[in-house]
Amino acid sequence: MIFDKWMKAFSGERLTCSACKKEFSVKELRKSNYICPECAHYFRVSARERILMLTDRNSFEECATGLSSVDFLEFPGYADKLKKATESTGEEDAVICGSASIGGNPCVIFVMDSRFIMASMGSVVGEKVTRAFEYATEHKLPVIGFTASGGARMQEGIISLMQMAKCSAAVKKHSSEGNLYITILTDPTTGGVTASFAMQGDIILAEPNAMVGFAGRRVVEQTTKSKLPDNFQSAEFILEHGFADAIVPREELRETLTTLLKLHRKNEVAV
Amino acid sequence: MSMTPYEKLKTARANGRPTGSAYINGLFSDRIELHGDRRFGEDAAIVSGVGSLDGMPVTYIAIEKGVDLPSRMKTNFGCPKPEGYRKALRLMKQAEKFHRPVICFVDTLGAFCGADGEERGQGEAIAENIMEMIGLKTPTISIVIGEGGSGGALALCSADRVYMLENSVYSVISPEGCASILWKDSSRVQDSAQCLRITADDMKSFGVAETVIPENFEDFSSMCSEIKAYLTADLKQLLAKTTEQLLEDRYFRFRKFGIYEENGETHGTNLY
Repeated sequence: MIFDKWMKAFSGERLTCSACKKEFSVKELRKSNYICPECAHYFRVSARERILMLTDRNSFEECATGLSSVDFLEFPGYADKLKKATESTGEEDAVICGSASIGGNPCVIFVMDSRFIMASMGSVVGEKVTRAFEYATEHKLPVIGFTASGGARMQEGIISLMQMAKCSAAVKKHSSEGNLYITILTDPTTGGVTASFAMQGDIILAEPNAMVGFAGRRVVEQTTKSKLPDNFQSAEFILEHGFADAIVPREELRETLTTLLKLHRKNEVAV
Repeated sequence: MSMTPYEKLKTARANGRPTGSAYINGLFSDRIELHGDRRFGEDAAIVSGVGSLDGMPVTYIAIEKGVDLPSRMKTNFGCPKPEGYRKALRLMKQAEKFHRPVICFVDTLGAFCGADGEERGQGEAIAENIMEMIGLKTPTISIVIGEGGSGGALALCSADRVYMLENSVYSVISPEGCASILWKDSSRVQDSAQCLRITADDMKSFGVAETVIPENFEDFSSMCSEIKAYLTADLKQLLAKTTEQLLEDRYFRFRKFGIYEENGETHGTNLY
């Protein structure tokens, strides 16, 4: 079904490794978990490919579709940016969410897609993430969230800042009712997403070498007029400083999530 | 003549404008300042404590910019570090325990930007504050008294009511930062301030703020009396609610934000 359709849809595409510049087919990359077969660099993974890699075959059901962004401030260049992003990615906006199972464990999953305006968070991203949490709360399901974002989408002004609060409110409600939320920080997770739902997980995992931070590296360097170490704001840096639970290599991610979901299954008597 | 958004931005940042401590002194009696986050340290960019609003015990939390160079150095020009946000959260949780209202005063360019802030989890500190403030089981009111800069402001603005002083501003990004991204020219602040819609009236029409308070710094004590009247009236309403109702209303206060198209129809209130 959807699964097979996606499998076919992208398999002919070719992608270039941003580190060694070698080109590979999507088919090859799927086999290697989107880790460069040549130099072991982690490719950034599109949201749909991530869902294919992680969820049980044909288990994913997308929700909150049919939403698209509006240039309500008539912000310079925004309409054009949206048009280009929609055309080049084939997506409505920068996040995909739905219900699925991982290793037989039902969950709600949302995955941000950095190809869409660097997955900045505007009304649509905020609304879809919020609906994902509300659905999970209603159905007592855990949430698995893959974050990647340049931060709030300034083209939507203060309304984009308010998405941080809206999503946080939905996370809080989901959490207060005893449900599990796992975030996986992927490259790059920054700004308003770091300062809201990326850092609100019960368990926070990160991919190796993913850039994770609040203020951008260049901004910090300019403001403080100092050179920062190479590993500044890497997954390893935040692990060392106590802000992530673990760094999980991509090939182990499915197994790790399966185990975590299994360990958090509710002890309910089967009806 | 009304001021342009850029003139308002300059006014909001002007020297001599009252800072957080002035409002604390003007509004509350029996003040006891409380320091430290009990985790790492004390951040002078956040001034907080307990006091009395016409006989009602409250917790106050203010971002303090400082009034001269030495005090501004001490407060990092009103840019709180993670320990500042964690101190604010500690005070909020304390207020929840004793069920007293929390009044926040917001005046910041944004959260502190530096390597040590990142090392101590600036993003995590703000994320935690927003989430916990939205779930706080006691009434909360935030007043933007100067500049409400991005996530660093939202960390103290996730409240039941938000007031804006008439020349205060609130923005997702500093107009300088926005101009430098858009036009690679941080001097085009006039244009970016216009595009971003940052004024108090903008906030009211978006539903981001409920109340715009006229400024009258020449007669600061009568201005404080007016703020007191707003606070007292709103707190009376908020305190009359059950905790459940309070939390539900606060949830929907933030749930409504978003302007988007769904299956061809535009959603979202207060469209420009």
